[in-house]
Amino acid sequence: MAVSTRPAARPLSVAAPRRLSVRAISNTILLVIGLCFLLPLGWLVLASIDESASLVVSVPGSVSAANFDAVLSADQTFRPLWNSFVLSAGCALITVVAAVLAAYPLSRYRMRFNKPFMYGVLFGTGLPITAMMVPVYALFVRLNLLDSLPGAIFFLAATSLPMAIWMMKNFMDSVPVSLEEAAWVDGASAMRALRTVVVPLMRPGIAVVFIFVFIQAWGNFFVPFVLLLSPEKQPAAVSIFTFFGQYGSVAYGQLAAFSLLYSLPVLVLYVLVSRVLGGSFTMAGAVKG
Amino acid sequence: MTTTLDTGPDVSRSAAPRSDRARRAGRTAGRLLPMGPALVLLAIFMAGPVVWSFYGSFTDAALTGAAAQNTSWVGLDNYTGLFADPNFPKSVWLTVIFVLTSAIIGQNVLGLTLAMLMRQATGVVRAAVGTLVVTAWVLPEIVAAFAAYAFFHADGTLNALLGAVGLGESNWLYDFPMLAVIIANVWRGAAFSMMVYAAALANLPPDVTEAATVDGASGPKRLLYVTLPMIRRSISTNFMLTTLMTLQVFTLIYVMTAGGPGTDSSTLPLLAYQEAFSFGRIGYGTAIATIMLLIGAVFSVVYIRMLRPEVD
Repeated sequence: MAVSTRPAARPLSVAAPRRLSVRAISNTILLVIGLCFLLPLGWLVLASIDESASLVVSVPGSVSAANFDAVLSADQTFRPLWNSFVLSAGCALITVVAAVLAAYPLSRYRMRFNKPFMYGVLFGTGLPITAMMVPVYALFVRLNLLDSLPGAIFFLAATSLPMAIWMMKNFMDSVPVSLEEAAWVDGASAMRALRTVVVPLMRPGIAVVFIFVFIQAWGNFFVPFVLLLSPEKQPAAVSIFTFFGQYGSVAYGQLAAFSLLYSLPVLVLYVLVSRVLGGSFTMAGAVKG
Repeated sequence: MTTTLDTGPDVSRSAAPRSDRARRAGRTAGRLLPMGPALVLLAIFMAGPVVWSFYGSFTDAALTGAAAQNTSWVGLDNYTGLFADPNFPKSVWLTVIFVLTSAIIGQNVLGLTLAMLMRQATGVVRAAVGTLVVTAWVLPEIVAAFAAYAFFHADGTLNALLGAVGLGESNWLYDFPMLAVIIANVWRGAAFSMMVYAAALANLPPDVTEAATVDGASGPKRLLYVTLPMIRRSISTNFMLTTLMTLQVFTLIYVMTAGGPGTDSSTLPLLAYQEAFSFGRIGYGTAIATIMLLIGAVFSVVYIRMLRPEVD
């Protein structure tokens, strides 16, 4: 491995053997930690291809697709996954459109309203939304929105809006105003400039926010669990839990197979986002660590 | 994401030749118009439940029975009942332990350790371990919860390992439910802290630590007196974020122990759920939610104060 060759590090080259041992120790500790992380995850993968899976992680005697075959049916997998998609895509779409529109005045005009609003948005990102599903349930009973897919979508969108507006404003701030000024000189309205100049320029940022919200909605269990009651409307997160309750104590292999199928889109999207952002661990940057 | 370009001069000034007050108000209103959809959504689905939560906690709303038809105002009854119920103080205590050990200590220490070790490690090891750690975080919460459940179950991997090396086995989810969910939450959430600290360490100017090395400072001393003070802003921000995220954890605990046995692992979100949906006492559950909101609000305000320079 090439050690970083900064000119300043040259005189210290005597320390090279020590650096090597530091590297060996670091590698060893990391691998041990990695193994601890691998064991629970490995169970998911190995159990899914093991016809007689138990709760212990073990290499199956023979690889079999029987678990996947068993869960790949309309009722079991496809409809819940479709519901998950409708829920997450609907939520992400609404969030992104509302966030782009809201971020534009916040990013482009200096108004007295900006600062309190951004504080409010930050405050909103901190509220424990999932901890207050009981009042949300009570409110939805009153509004007659219980067991309504649009109701759940709008609620999920509203709860992801603060973070989305925050991220979107940061992305928009990095689009230079001078480009829009040209459009204004040509007589374009602010909304037209937004649509034709700003949005195309911040496409990667919009994609990141969309995927970020999509991933969160896709993985959300508690909100649809409380707000959606009929099985034919429930997303995969809830149907997988129902399956666990009914057959979970027998069909571990099927549970793992279903879990993997359900997790796959999120993992793919995450890899996509890391590519867009350029680094592998850049999601934290969007959260302003 | 690395560079934030300057937004240029304030455009509003050049676009406004006259400073007529009424016109300015009209212009401001016009400029705020695009915020309409976001404001409506936030008002109905975010502010709405918060207000409803405060109101509902003073009523005897229930799922079944007479109170389900005619909800009436009961004043502070839910709150006095809450504090008289031994489950509530116990749940507050469990929540404090859960947040303190799994988020403040567990996730932050493990995240910082991982971030620092990765700077020293070989590329392949870094990539492999990084992928594993991040996968536990990116997985949908319910899947991560199943994986943790299988790991800690009496017939699960942990006991198999302990048995293999000749140590005693335990029924972790029943005998040590809090320990199991705390470790599971560290496992699940360490990636976030790792990424925050990796970014913070990457932004450190290398000459400072190099100077300390030249001056003969040992590894631990460099960490304590150079590295940690320089990333203290990331540390305090991350404390807040992990606290706020851990305060909300429901699914992980619900799948692993369902708050049990009894209420031995019922943190506040679980207690609110149990009271409202298992015992049908919506008003009671709402009161717990209101208290959680207030706790979250306090942490949120502290968090905002720390981020103030970025808004201004």
